Amino acid sequence: MSEFVQSPAIARDEPVNAISPLGYPSQLIAPGESFESVTEEIGSIVLQPGARQPKSWWFGALVAFALLMLFFFAISYLLYRGVGIWGINIPVAWGFAIVNFVWWIGIGHAGTFISAILLLLHQKWRTSINRLTEAMTLFAVACAGTFPLLHLGRPWVFFWLFPYPDTMGLWPQFRSPLVWDVFAVSTYFIVSLIFWYAGLIPDVATLRDRAPSRVKKIIFGILALGWRGSAKHWQNHQSAYLLLAGLATPLVLSVHSVVSLDFAVAMVPGWHSTIFPPYFVAGAIYSGFAMVLNIVIPIRKLYGLENLITERHLNNMAVVMLATGMMVAYGYIMEAFMSWYSGDIFEQYMMANRAFGPYGWIFWALMLMNVLIPQLLWVRRVRTHPLALFFVALVINAGMWVERFVIVVVSLHRDFTPSAWGMYRPTFWDWATLFGSVGLFLTLMILFVRFLPMIAISETRKIVAERREGKLS
Amino acid sequence: MNANENIYGLMAEFSDNEKILVAAKSAYEHGFRKMDAFTPFPVEGLSQNLGQKKSFVPLIVLIAGIFGGLGGYFMEWYANVVSYPMNVGGRPLNSWPMFIPITFELTILSAALAAIIGMLALNKLPEPHHPVFDAPDFDRASTDRFFLCIEATDPKFDLEATRKFLETLNPELISEVAK
Repeated sequence: MSEFVQSPAIARDEPVNAISPLGYPSQLIAPGESFESVTEEIGSIVLQPGARQPKSWWFGALVAFALLMLFFFAISYLLYRGVGIWGINIPVAWGFAIVNFVWWIGIGHAGTFISAILLLLHQKWRTSINRLTEAMTLFAVACAGTFPLLHLGRPWVFFWLFPYPDTMGLWPQFRSPLVWDVFAVSTYFIVSLIFWYAGLIPDVATLRDRAPSRVKKIIFGILALGWRGSAKHWQNHQSAYLLLAGLATPLVLSVHSVVSLDFAVAMVPGWHSTIFPPYFVAGAIYSGFAMVLNIVIPIRKLYGLENLITERHLNNMAVVMLATGMMVAYGYIMEAFMSWYSGDIFEQYMMANRAFGPYGWIFWALMLMNVLIPQLLWVRRVRTHPLALFFVALVINAGMWVERFVIVVVSLHRDFTPSAWGMYRPTFWDWATLFGSVGLFLTLMILFVRFLPMIAISETRKIVAERREGKLS
Repeated sequence: MNANENIYGLMAEFSDNEKILVAAKSAYEHGFRKMDAFTPFPVEGLSQNLGQKKSFVPLIVLIAGIFGGLGGYFMEWYANVVSYPMNVGGRPLNSWPMFIPITFELTILSAALAAIIGMLALNKLPEPHHPVFDAPDFDRASTDRFFLCIEATDPKFDLEATRKFLETLNPELISEVAK
């Protein structure tokens, strides 16, 4: 048994900047944190909102809610007039709706990557950020899900996508990647929700036990389902949690692979490529981590959570972004190389048109945003400087959206027969739905940080215990 | 044991995870079987020290996963081969490679649903009330205190003797838990 003297005097204000032998930030959690202090730090944000919620929360809520109203407005008009209000046409039948779908679902990949894959790999640094990123995943997938439904034209019969014995005697065509998509995305949403809730149960039990008012006690009590942290409870819980991580690991890799097959199975030059599944998965994790940083950096600052989300977390996420960014860059290079090497005139034309055609400037903007600017992450000071990292992540997020625009629109607008060529110009309603979906995402996120614990409290306590025992630095 | 009719058990409170591990081990060695510990985070080795059996969750998940996969494939085969066959250029109706993605997704979905439902069922949750919630200080079981409860139904339970035994473990507090 190691002896630990609990001294609240130590260094709650001490800067969190321990350095590993290789010169990287190495602290998982500030020194001097105890079971009680981490519980209070995270729990009080929800339980004493007056004291812990920053004033800027209202500003954020205002912006998010305004954008959400724009989203509802755009959807209402869409339901009234039909998809003709968008810029889509023949040949470019897949416009912003599919670009936005792929973008959001990609963003939704970081959450499960952090929660499941990093759990299996024993990466302890996931603990401070897994809850936030799981919530981000759920909300991003919810945003993603709206787009294919709206793009259906008649969204009110969306349930035709599911297999059920209907009066028409029809079944979905299970050989179609578009039907695989329905299963992949809805499975992903449900499994992410289960994973998130399983982790949340012990934490809402904590909030139940600490709630200052009866109403909060009842609400958190219902959510906690009567959790009392018994050894038996924990044993089954940990077993289920680990299995969920094991199940979510292949799932997260499969979702964007299936999304990429929507394209790769088609014959359109620029889509018909075997590199798509791994290249899409790398891109998904790339943009997912960028979005995590865009959310975590302001939250960490505004809520004063630097003791729990340390420079080490920022640095590690930046390194993951750099690595996946290089994979994506490799994908771009391979696409160009293969279109030349194939000797196929349509493939070669596709590549020339992509870089020098009417949308050429977008391609070069993509190279700048997704390949060149992220190279700044080689510099350690950029990786640990919150503001610089925030901007690099923002550029990557925009860059990944542009990448999907290049894949979807630029490939479609000129395929095999010149008589079928066309141009795509987004309308006001395209932009309104895109920014509106950002509003939906931000609204959900902002409500989440207000009403639920944004860091996994019980897991953080475990980190505190392990550090006391000397198992962690 | 008749004197203990109104008592659920005796609860000892500890201040850290190392102490609860030791306490659980000595209670087991002392011969107590009907007991449980309550901790604010999963303490590794605690349920082994208490002599609890392994979790059944993995078995439930395995079975559900197998049934989900088989069921998913059967659904696709029935829909696209039996109920509504569609001949596309003479390709085989039972085109199994194209059925794999959905089979996979449904395997994962069933297994994940089984994991959470199985976990809750084995823990007998939701259970809105339980006697231990009335123990003094128990609201700290979800923050920074670790509890060991020896239940009155244990054959070796005797109010005085058990209290004496718990005192040897140096707890912060010992309390009776009413039924």
